[in-house]
This record gives sequence, C-alpha cells and structure tokens, in this order.
Amino acid sequence: MIAIIDYGAGNIKSLQFTLSKLNIPNILTQDETIIRNSKAMILPGVGSFQDAMEELKKANLDTIIKQEVENGKPILGICLGMQLFYETSNEGGNTVGLGLLKGHIERIPTSVKVPHMGWNTLHLKQGYEITSNIPVEDTYVYFVHSYYANKVEEEDVVGSCTYGDEVPAIVQRDNIIGMQFHPEKSSVIGMQLLKNFKEMFL
Amino acid sequence: MLAKRIIPCLDVDKGRVVKGKQFQSIQDVADPVDLAIRYNKEGADELVFYDITASNEERNIFLDMVESVAATINIPFMVGGGIRTIEDINQVLHAGADKVSVNSAAITNPSLIEKAASKFGSQCIVLSIDAKEIEPGKWQVFQNGGRLNSGIDALEWAIKGEQLGAGELVINSIDVDGVKNGYNLTLTKAIADVVNIPIVASGGAGSLEHFQQVLRNNIADAALAASVFHYEQIKISTLKNYLAQQKIPVRSVV
Repeated sequence: MIAIIDYGAGNIKSLQFTLSKLNIPNILTQDETIIRNSKAMILPGVGSFQDAMEELKKANLDTIIKQEVENGKPILGICLGMQLFYETSNEGGNTVGLGLLKGHIERIPTSVKVPHMGWNTLHLKQGYEITSNIPVEDTYVYFVHSYYANKVEEEDVVGSCTYGDEVPAIVQRDNIIGMQFHPEKSSVIGMQLLKNFKEMFL
Repeated sequence: MLAKRIIPCLDVDKGRVVKGKQFQSIQDVADPVDLAIRYNKEGADELVFYDITASNEERNIFLDMVESVAATINIPFMVGGGIRTIEDINQVLHAGADKVSVNSAAITNPSLIEKAASKFGSQCIVLSIDAKEIEPGKWQVFQNGGRLNSGIDALEWAIKGEQLGAGELVINSIDVDGVKNGYNLTLTKAIADVVNIPIVASGGAGSLEHFQQVLRNNIADAALAASVFHYEQIKISTLKNYLAQQKIPVRSVV
C-alpha cells in the first residue's frame, strides 16, 4: 500500500486513477498509523509552498514524513511535493521546507514565460532504475510550475530540462525520489516512471 | 525544448459534445469520453471541455463527465463554462480537472481570479478572453458567450488578468471563430507582446498551415481547435508530423 499524503493539495484524483491502472494499491490519508504501516509514500502537490508546509505541520505530517524517510521508507514527491523536499523556498517569503535534500526553491527566471507550462524534453543521465525503459531521446513529460529547485547537489539529479535555466526534473537520493513534472499527466512515459517506482520499492 | 501544444476543444451540452459556428446553430456530435480517448491516442497534448449549458441542474452531469475523463486519460485537461465561484472551481478540480478557465464571471468580479490563484495556484487558473475588433487594431472583451460587449479593452484585460494571478490566457477571436480562415494572428500577437504567461490561440483553425502560422514568431504557445478535429478534417497525428517538418517543436506521437 502506498500512502498518498493528504494535506489538501488540489487534483489527487488523476494520480489515484493512474496508480489504480498500474495496480498500485493506494490510499489518500493523513492518518499516522496508515502512513507508518505503508510500504511507500507519495507527496503530491499543487498550490503554494508556504501553505503546503503549514498544512503538513498542522497535522504533524512533516515530522512523520521525515522519520519514515530516515527509516528508509521510499517517498515520491510530485511537483510541489518534490519542492517540499528541499531546505527553503522563496515563494511567498522565505519558508523552510522538509530539508530532505540539499537545495533551494526559487522562481523561474522571467527571461521565459512563467509558469513553465506544457510538454518539455528530459535530459537523462544513464543507469538509473527509476528511468529504466525510458527513451533517452525526445522524451516529453508534462510540466506546470513557477518555481524550481536551484543550487541542488549535482549527484541527486537524474534528469533535467531546459527552461530559462537547467531545471532539475527527476531527482533521487537513495529512497527519496522527486519529479518536478506530473507523471500522472505524462501519458505513457509517466506511466512507465510510476511503474518503475513500483518495481523498485513495492 | 518546450513543445507547442495542440489542444482539441470540446463544447459539452447535457453530456454531449457539440460545435457551434460563431456561437450559433448547435449540432450534436459525440460522447466526450470517447472523443477524449481518441484524441489522447492521436497525440493531443491537452484537452478543453466547455460546459455550454451550465444550468445548475446539469452541473452534476458535467462533473460526472469530468471525473470519467480523468479516470480514462492521462494527459492534462482544462474545464470551463459557467464557472462563477471559488466553490465551482473547487468542484471541477476535485473531479479531476487540471485547469479551470474563467470568463464572464471574472469580468464582473475580477477578484475571483485573485482568490482562485491564491487558493489553488496560478498554474490551474486560466483566463479565457472572447475578443472582438471594434475598430482596426482595437479589440474589446465580450461576455456571456460573445453576446455582450463589456467595453473593456482586450489588451488591458489580459495584463490585468496576469497581474491578478491567471497562469495562462485563452484568446478567442469572435471575428474569426468557426470561419476556418485561420487564427487571428494580429490579436493574438498583440496580447502575447504585453504579458509573460502562456497564450492559447482559439478560433479560426481550418488547415494545417493555420496552426504553423500561429505557433511561430512568439505568437501562441498552444493552438486550440474543435470542428476540424471532431469531423476528422485534420488528424492530430498528421498535424504533428506536419509541424515537426516545419521545424516547430511538438511532442512526437508515441
């Protein structure tokens, strides 16, 4: 069972539908026991960094997530969910994140249109399980975000895309995986990535 | 590289897809979920569903349809029509829509955009603008399905929409909608030049060439069309191949 962390983030239904298509049992929850007993967690998210951190803290989910990750439980962060893994964000003032990964969330430079919206190509490093069976060339995934992870550890980056800057798109440190785009909205490529996550950890 | 998007638009009335010519003479076409599946397979980058009846009784039929679509396809889709309140937006997002477009209600109550963007994030709030040329090079915003002139300048409204927090603009030219003589390049470019958010061009698509015209030269980020896709005058896969040959970045059809 995957616990999708429920902190009031927008469109979770599409994610649940996609997981169900892949026969991945999942539950949207903020119940501590269910989260502690789950095999993996997904931290979804749209909306603002500051609101999301407040909601997580209100339900003590920040502490539970950090403890579970420290104990080795796999976690997948999607879009804002991935951004929350980092140390701080300057979205809506300076907000402290979960600090699971080193780096900072900053606004996409205005030399390009913000939000970054649409299908962009991934530049992938080789040899990662999370990207197995994913073509190296012309791999499009669906992005929609105004902030991105900057000053990250280079070895955490599995894949990136170019948009105003080099934008980390898939990151991994051991049991922590983040995707800046929406795999549940990224057609067959997105399905394959979620399938890979399932095969790695479930 | 960020791809230019091709977006079929489905006008939905009582759970069926219809296509009106210049907002008039409605014809029955197809089941929205069936069409969504077909367009997803052909390589559509995104879909739009407009609830054109939007009476309260039929709202639930529409929400059920949104949920069926979300359960069936895994590409993003936008929902619009009859969105008046934060609760309307909450309902369609909850049913599985990725973005919501607001139109007339935002003209009457601009704070709707601001409140919605701060609650749900700019990325899912789209401002849809129906514009008509009232004198050469000057466009005004029409509301209530193109029937009522708000008197607001289209360029000023676009700028205001961005400031209020809209994450994208759909620019529908009433002058060319349904005529199939091409997108309104002048209007779309004029708006693209004054904002820094993505622009979806709408209205007038009739040929492959029309798409490449509007997706070049920093005019639009995405092109929306309805009848040319519904009646299979243009297949999305054919269009994508054509655009790729024209060196316009598009997501290859897999």
